[in-house]
Amino acid sequence: MTNKTETPGRLIVSRESKPQMPPYLKLRHDAGRGRWVLLAPERILTPDQIAVEVLQLCDGKRTVEDIAAKLAEEYSAPVDVIAKDVVELLQDLADKGYIKA
Amino acid sequence: MTEDLRIDGHIQGIAVDDEPTTGVVGNEDEAAELCALAPVGLLAELTHRCPLQCPYCSNPVELEGAKNELTTEEWCSVMRQAGEMGILQVHLSGGEPCARKDLEEIVKAASEAGLYTNLITAGVTLKRDRLETLQKLGLDHVQVSFQDVDPAGADKIGAYPNALQKKLDVARWVTELGMPLTVNAPIHRHNIHNVPRYIDMSVELGAQRLEVAHAQYYGWAFLNRAALIPTYEDTVASIEYVEAARERLKGVLTIDMVVPDYYAKRPKPCMGGWGKGFMNITPAGKVLPCHAAESIPELEFDNARDRKLVDIWMNGDAFNAFRGTEWMKEPCRSCAFKEVDYGGCRCQAMAITKDPRNTDPACALSPYHAEMVKLAKDEAAKPATEFIYRNPRNAAEAGKAADEPLVPAE
Repeated sequence: MTNKTETPGRLIVSRESKPQMPPYLKLRHDAGRGRWVLLAPERILTPDQIAVEVLQLCDGKRTVEDIAAKLAEEYSAPVDVIAKDVVELLQDLADKGYIKA
Repeated sequence: MTEDLRIDGHIQGIAVDDEPTTGVVGNEDEAAELCALAPVGLLAELTHRCPLQCPYCSNPVELEGAKNELTTEEWCSVMRQAGEMGILQVHLSGGEPCARKDLEEIVKAASEAGLYTNLITAGVTLKRDRLETLQKLGLDHVQVSFQDVDPAGADKIGAYPNALQKKLDVARWVTELGMPLTVNAPIHRHNIHNVPRYIDMSVELGAQRLEVAHAQYYGWAFLNRAALIPTYEDTVASIEYVEAARERLKGVLTIDMVVPDYYAKRPKPCMGGWGKGFMNITPAGKVLPCHAAESIPELEFDNARDRKLVDIWMNGDAFNAFRGTEWMKEPCRSCAFKEVDYGGCRCQAMAITKDPRNTDPACALSPYHAEMVKLAKDEAAKPATEFIYRNPRNAAEAGKAADEPLVPAE
């Protein structure tokens, strides 16, 4: 019963997942504070530059693999390292209910 | 509730909870940075009118009449100013915010000001077409309170017939319209055994979030404490159940919990620190550092009708009264945790010790703590008293009865 990987409804993010932000999540640039904020129900998340770029690519069409490839090119970094980081980031967000696929 | 806010190295989370005792909570550095000049959360109590009469209502005992409420244009101006000064989220609350015929205009103004807009409603008078209109105007999130998961219990607590069915309807409309839903579960001795059912109900409704909000004993709940406070054992059992459910429902349901601090050892960092990230506006336009601040007689509050919000935030006497740590007395002043919990809740210090500068008696270091815990346990052990329902007549009566403060330990 407490086996979390079998929780119905929990999204397990993989490299094939096509992540998207639900419509009620709002990624906004907060000009007054000079930073990006992700607005959620009674929560404010403060993503760093990498997280902002990942979130902007979460359009429900691109796979995690695609997102990692794009970032790997941009940052000249190994795609496997980036993909692992992206999966981790998105899994954390999914577990808080902020990412669907 | 802070433990689940950190996400990972790339994203930090901050709660801007409408729960008036919670305020802004989160990773300290991030919260401080976001709040440095302007609050991030605004609780707009649009009206004190409400079809329900819950005995733990967070409104002050002295209720504001409809004739003193801010006008449509005044509320719209508040929303525009809030957006300009950097507030990020607004909670449209009450009373029952749907009692305002101009809720649509206020939501529109809030949305146009760039605010993330939360509607906090009892739901019983909300119709589906109105909800659809509000969504089109930019409403982002709806929170519906459920007095109980049993129909009879819900009717008795809210003193409103068939409330549960109406609330379930509203909750389903919210999810059908693709909006995020928060179920608010105000917990006390009459429904604490139903915490598991609240969780099941929230999952069935497709809610994104559940607030297990143990009653906080200020205002109406303070008057009704002997009718409401659960036993220590039941409280601990409910907390353990929630913690296990959180793990089990990861990615399905976010559960926030506000615990009754009478049974705590450390006080809550009330409002995440006074005048630090949160602002509250009453139906008549008074701008408060927290919703219960009017229970502190020495404070005087500025009105949004007279002064700009940002000016009140920066320079208002009430906001500066307990900002930071300079105002503290011992044991807070020399305490290592003074910038963690800010001495707890000023309103609770006022209610129990009659001095708002005292350490919140929820803190084990307060000389009033042992007596407060004993009082709570004694009350919880006795049969529940009758409810003093939250309505204007009881408000008038309650004003007459002055209670004796506790005596500190030697």
